[in-house]
Amino acid sequence: MEKFTTHTGVGVPLRRSNVDTDQIIPAEYLKRVTRTGFEDGLFAAWRNDATFVLNNEAYAGGSVLVAGPDFGTGSSREHAVWALQNYGFKAVISPRFGDIFRGNSGKAGLVAAQVDEKVVQRIWDLLDEQPGATVTVDLESRTVRAGEGIDAIEDSFDIDDYTRWRLLEGLDDIGITLSHDADISAFEATRPSWKPVTQHAS
Amino acid sequence: MGKTLAEKVWDEHVVRSVDGEPDLLFIDLHLIHEVTSPQAFDGLRLAGRQVRRPDLTLATEDHNVPTLDWDKPIADPVSRTQVETMRRNAEEFGVRLHPLGDIEQGIVHVVGPQLGLTQPGMTIVCGDSHTSTHGAFGAIAFGIGTSEVEHVLATQTLPQAKPKTMSVTINGSLPEGVTGKDMVLALITHAGTGGGQGYIVEYRGQAIEELSMEGRMTVCNMSIEWGAKAGMIAPDQVTFDYIEGRPEAPKGADWDAAVEHWKTLRTDDDAVFDKEIVLEASTMTPFVTWGTNPGQGVPLGANVPGPEDFEDSQDQIAAENALRYMGLEAGTPMRDIKVDTVFVGSCTNGRIEDLRLAAQIIEGHRVAADTRMLVVPGSARVRLQAEAEGLDVVFKQAGAEWRGAGCSMCLGMNPDTLSAGERSASTSNRNFEGRQGKGGRTHLVSVPVAAATAIRGTLSSPADLQTVGSN
Repeated sequence: MEKFTTHTGVGVPLRRSNVDTDQIIPAEYLKRVTRTGFEDGLFAAWRNDATFVLNNEAYAGGSVLVAGPDFGTGSSREHAVWALQNYGFKAVISPRFGDIFRGNSGKAGLVAAQVDEKVVQRIWDLLDEQPGATVTVDLESRTVRAGEGIDAIEDSFDIDDYTRWRLLEGLDDIGITLSHDADISAFEATRPSWKPVTQHAS
Repeated sequence: MGKTLAEKVWDEHVVRSVDGEPDLLFIDLHLIHEVTSPQAFDGLRLAGRQVRRPDLTLATEDHNVPTLDWDKPIADPVSRTQVETMRRNAEEFGVRLHPLGDIEQGIVHVVGPQLGLTQPGMTIVCGDSHTSTHGAFGAIAFGIGTSEVEHVLATQTLPQAKPKTMSVTINGSLPEGVTGKDMVLALITHAGTGGGQGYIVEYRGQAIEELSMEGRMTVCNMSIEWGAKAGMIAPDQVTFDYIEGRPEAPKGADWDAAVEHWKTLRTDDDAVFDKEIVLEASTMTPFVTWGTNPGQGVPLGANVPGPEDFEDSQDQIAAENALRYMGLEAGTPMRDIKVDTVFVGSCTNGRIEDLRLAAQIIEGHRVAADTRMLVVPGSARVRLQAEAEGLDVVFKQAGAEWRGAGCSMCLGMNPDTLSAGERSASTSNRNFEGRQGKGGRTHLVSVPVAAATAIRGTLSSPADLQTVGSN
């Protein structure tokens, strides 16, 4: 996984709450067995609407999505994170994320930055007034920044310490766990014999 | 201070616990299906890793399989490739697989309990958000993404931050004809789609204790729909009776040892939950959704709400969007809404008890002239059991379609989809925009409401049928 320290890119205002993962990528796109090439499925239904924000040239090349509360609820499909990344997003800002989506983001290297709802509102207003304006997601200092001068927005965001550390270092989670192999083996030795197994010695 | 049920099960699975890091949890059972696993197996291959515990892993084919002509090669080449990839991966990594056509094939959350693999006090994960279903047995069970699937395959563990605990107490008894599904839909509307976020929820109280295992699974299944990490119910005699004698249940002295342990899996009297919700069952009525998330619900006897019925501005915008998408006008009685398709099935309501209940209501009636009804058993065994009881004949005589096992129209990945503008009453778990097919409009309902709706062609409960019957 690539290291993430800070990112500045065009902000895309998604003025919607409860954006579930079926909206981020519909099930028909989940038949593929790869981890790439999902950008065509991102918000597939909404992109048919000419007024949808991703169809607005002013936000072309957007890489920071700014969404309403409860972003990424519903299905566990990590394809939702891949679709956002394949399209070019590096970070998503929202007042609240679906649990599994947030976990998937942390594993795949997409920063899910949780901020106060009022901050999202202010960034939305800024991006509406100045389409194409950039938003900075600084993982090191845990801050989001946008705008300049007296209207400048700067606020802290929430992300758990462990995920932040892994993203900053670009660390592979499985590698870390395998370094505790002895602990796992010791635990396995203590499991009661009546616990079920899926395969039986013949 | 005592411990909650969730804390007891959690603590029994901690492999490693260090300040400032998530706990490393041992996973007792890893369930796998064809849609969220191929990239995980690819990851193992790339890193030259093996599956650490194939004996704690079980795969089935459910999300992307046809429910018609399931004994023939899959027609859609992309779907066929995905299913064949599952089979190749299972073979290569030595994972037990129940493929399409196998007697144990079915929706992963129906198969686990049916085999007796789902037991109290376990940790169970699957690359599917409705893994919470297994919590009905007093297990900690939750959905994970594909990176985590790879992690569990390689290590049989997951790093997890310990969630907070919440109790949802449902006092009293459910009235006749009101089900666990109505109960959980009412709860989600009460708490909101994010209300459970960050919590493992324990459902308790008289109404929960009075539910069958099937009903308990329906309630726990929908935990994710209000954002909970997991939902669980303390095991009791109902749980033990359900498990005993199943193929993978402990036997002999093992059974006695297991039950002795399972009986300790109860929240201590002096344990403290981080949050508590209390609801009363006796006043609950059939509950249905009108909008595009599971928290947008009302009693069947109510009217479609309007944006002005909500205080929060985000909720008002969401209601406006939902009404537009659903093609509904505020103030319309829910009972006046005409339905094109009724779907009975899914990991929420596709078990044998659900099919029995639907058949009991349908028997002697006809599905309304311009309504279609799809009945999709949750597993091949559920299908065979239903056929042995003659339920398939009841459905077919009423004009319903009787299908093979799988997730089917719950997520519309296989050919079972709604077309644009088509309206369904569905016993599944999600009414998101386009969930059951692009432009499709979904109302989440209980099994009795689904069956009565099929007969009348409008959202109905069995109580509405008495007038039809006299015609």
